[in-house]
Amino acid sequence: MADDKDVLRDVWFGRIPTCFTLYQDEITEREAEPFYLLLPRVSYLTLVTDKVKKHFHKAMRQEDLEEMWFEYEGTPLKWHYPIGVLFDLHASNTALPWSITVHFKDFPERDLLHCPSNSVIEAHFMSSIKEADTLKHKGQVVNEMQKKDHKQLWMGLQNDKFDQFWAMNRKLMEYPTEDSGFRYIPFRIYQTMSDRPFIQKLFRPASPDGHTHTLGDLLKVVFPAAIPQDDEQKKYLVVVHGIEPLLETPVQWLSEHLSHPDNFLHISIIPAPSD
Amino acid sequence: MSENAESPTETSKEEPASVPPAAETSGTNEEKKKIDVLLKAVGDTPIMKTKKWAVDGGRTVQSLSLFISRFLKLEPSEQLFIYVNQSFAPSPDQEVGVLFECFGSDGKLVLHYCKSQAWG
Repeated sequence: MADDKDVLRDVWFGRIPTCFTLYQDEITEREAEPFYLLLPRVSYLTLVTDKVKKHFHKAMRQEDLEEMWFEYEGTPLKWHYPIGVLFDLHASNTALPWSITVHFKDFPERDLLHCPSNSVIEAHFMSSIKEADTLKHKGQVVNEMQKKDHKQLWMGLQNDKFDQFWAMNRKLMEYPTEDSGFRYIPFRIYQTMSDRPFIQKLFRPASPDGHTHTLGDLLKVVFPAAIPQDDEQKKYLVVVHGIEPLLETPVQWLSEHLSHPDNFLHISIIPAPSD
Repeated sequence: MSENAESPTETSKEEPASVPPAAETSGTNEEKKKIDVLLKAVGDTPIMKTKKWAVDGGRTVQSLSLFISRFLKLEPSEQLFIYVNQSFAPSPDQEVGVLFECFGSDGKLVLHYCKSQAWG
């Protein structure tokens, strides 16, 4: 049997082949060829697209350059969601490569947060880790870490260093042996059918009488429509990192192995293809 | 500058003042459910005379932050940071109701606000 640690590696190194194309109404001085990139699922769009920016800057006039932002089929892509979540949520039915449109004008203020520098991404990332640890350990683990430990988590993500990241992150994944897991499971459930950003609730890894909570138990509480009834066709796909985990999977295991580096388990619920 | 976000209703100590709903709020019952929010200033950030506010659960952190900035008459150049549990800054698109559900205690949500980065 494969070691569960292999799962961490598979999650970390998940990639999405992507084709970036300049929006048709952007003014260029010379033709802007599309730009291809393998995007890490666990990273953030604005963190891994310096090359995309440089590529299109070359074709444009300096005065036409405002903050770069991305869109897929009319939906502005939120850089502060992990890339894999954006893909699963908006594009999982698409043929690869994922075709993303690049904009330098008309920043959609209502939909997107500004991202003037990597330090904004770092602040967002570290806040997510702290929020997750508040749910998992009342924040005790992350608060006992030193500044350099926090930096190690961030640098691990920024530089795509699996070992560096996990050497520190494993501390955030520990829990007292007498417990059945974390205090609460940090999770977020996304759906395209709603304007609400995401669902987040308190959910324990086990019931008071020690019964292990599964993904199915979580959905029953948070999004019951996602659980198919006996004789009906599946209406929704429940997707984490591009796969549909079995509903019998314990949420504690999911949290330890399929969480993003921000320590949240990001779950996308998308309409099942009708055919 | 006379937006309604700057003219909250005065209130007794018991009853929380009501934060006027953001213009775009339509929302379900869950989103409209009022959450008692206690706002506390950190460091040299000006305090608000009214500390307890009733906020729509569906209101985002970003929109609440904008309300506080206007209330304190901060310059547009001044940033405002909001913290939960004196530890993390929630995502700007996070809903106040969700924060209350996950991090509220004693029937209210305590948020700290600061003009500079106070924690992490």
